[in-house]
Amino acid sequence: MISVDAVTKRFGDYQALQDVSLDVPDGSLTALLGPSGSGKSTLLRVIAGLEAPDSGRVIIDGEDATPLPAQRRGIGFVFQHYAAFKHMTVRENVAFGLRIRKRPKAQIDAKVDELLEIVGLKGHHKRYPSQLSGGQRQRMALARALAIEPRVLLLDEPFGALDAKVRADLRAWLRRLHDEVHVTTVLVTHDQEEAMEVADRIAVINEGRLEQIGAPRDLYESPANGFVMSFLGPVARLGEDLVRPHDLRVSTEPRAGALEAMVERVVYLGFEVRVEVALADGAPLAVQLTRDDAVALELAPGDIVWVGHTAAPEAIAAITA
Amino acid sequence: MTARRGLRVAALGYLALLLIIPVGLVIYRTFEPGLGEVWDSITTPAAISAFWLTLEIAAIAVTINTVMGVITALLLVRGRFSGKWIIEALLDLPFAVSPVVVGLSLVLVYGRGGWLADLPFQVIFSLPGMVLATVFVSLPFVAREVIPVLREVGDEQEQAAATLGASQWQSFWRITLPAIRWGVAYGVILSTARAIGEFGAVSVVSGKVAGETVTLTLLVENRFQNFDLAGAYAASALLALIALATLLVMTLLRPRRDSDA
Repeated sequence: MISVDAVTKRFGDYQALQDVSLDVPDGSLTALLGPSGSGKSTLLRVIAGLEAPDSGRVIIDGEDATPLPAQRRGIGFVFQHYAAFKHMTVRENVAFGLRIRKRPKAQIDAKVDELLEIVGLKGHHKRYPSQLSGGQRQRMALARALAIEPRVLLLDEPFGALDAKVRADLRAWLRRLHDEVHVTTVLVTHDQEEAMEVADRIAVINEGRLEQIGAPRDLYESPANGFVMSFLGPVARLGEDLVRPHDLRVSTEPRAGALEAMVERVVYLGFEVRVEVALADGAPLAVQLTRDDAVALELAPGDIVWVGHTAAPEAIAAITA
Repeated sequence: MTARRGLRVAALGYLALLLIIPVGLVIYRTFEPGLGEVWDSITTPAAISAFWLTLEIAAIAVTINTVMGVITALLLVRGRFSGKWIIEALLDLPFAVSPVVVGLSLVLVYGRGGWLADLPFQVIFSLPGMVLATVFVSLPFVAREVIPVLREVGDEQEQAAATLGASQWQSFWRITLPAIRWGVAYGVILSTARAIGEFGAVSVVSGKVAGETVTLTLLVENRFQNFDLAGAYAASALLALIALATLLVMTLLRPRRDSDA
């Protein structure tokens, strides 16, 4: 288990981390999610020992790792831009950590072969990084990090430099890999979809502070505040409340708790239909309906409707702004 | 099209006027009396001693400048300390100061009556002084070549090496040095060329003791002033030959360096 205990870090005038504490349980895949500049990468680098915190501690498996340099923390780190050793072949890259540890050659070869098989780079061991695609380079970097059998695997926006298709494939692949290898993993990302898909725990970080930590579904359904709610998915503002657009209901008759609005546009997006309305005070609001509901309501621009929460308000995420 | 051709002719003409014709003439004049004469002139004891002295000084100076240049570049690019700009500015001083002034200042420091005149070995009018002068004039090349390469390579590979357990020393030898090797090589070649061709600073501190502190450039001047024109040309041709060899190595290195970056 990794415990981050009251970590604070400043760079000049910029407060990167402010009193952040969180636990990463053994075997979990935790995502640090936040907008760019939120301090999430700094937190990862503090855990790795690549940055020293101004105050606070990092505890890895019960041992205070704060004074340890990165070399002695037993971590695997994967960088956004791969940090491949350009002058070494794939085999030499993956073997690097083991050669530093002066393992016997036969053992190194066996380990490298095993890892290249796992990451799907079998047969590429004599290539140089410049001969690999971005996705292959990142898988090589993962194999290199895993070779030293780290206590923790830290991934800093690992798919950020890749195009959308490769990113989606690698995401699913990483999830499967984690289920196979079970190494405690911390992943930094600014992409909420990536965090929701891959992680079993998400820590939302904003302006150097931890906003909320929990299972993806808990965060989506019971966000602690407006920031977490709006960062994890689309939100609509209904009067004083922030709600998810799919938790709104439209009716053509007045209804208790519903607000009067005028339909401005109806957009058919396949299964979903987005109804854009203007509330009485002129505030715009987008409601997400299923196709069947929208057809049944026969909405057209100019219609007057009433918009409110779906039936059971206690079951939905709504935050008073 | 014609404008471009005109430019090309102008550039070639300029190079011819300044470089190709004078150097070509030296080589032509060298071989005018015949190969045998040339051979005799560059195999006199004075010429042989000058040749080896030149190489010896260059070897020592370039080694010192390579080690110090890489350290300086690392400090300037990776280091976090105040006053960096002072080192950065001082680094270019040898480009700005005339070599003759460098020689004179060395005489002031190490010569008779100087601050460091009482060292157990002789500096001025001897090898150490000539090496010092050469080190000074060829100081910036390696650092200046390595600094941009280091900046471009970045420090992520070194960070990756650290997370994989490499010490700073291991990281330098296995990651940093291979990454900057072409920059270092290029700097070494430029330093070598500069060191071999150095005249002004070395001339002041050498004392021109025949067969002991006369380098090839000094030999050229010596023979020229003694009206031994053929001998001067021959020694010049030898210098030009070394310079050409250096250039050749540089040209052979360059494509690999470009594709590497």
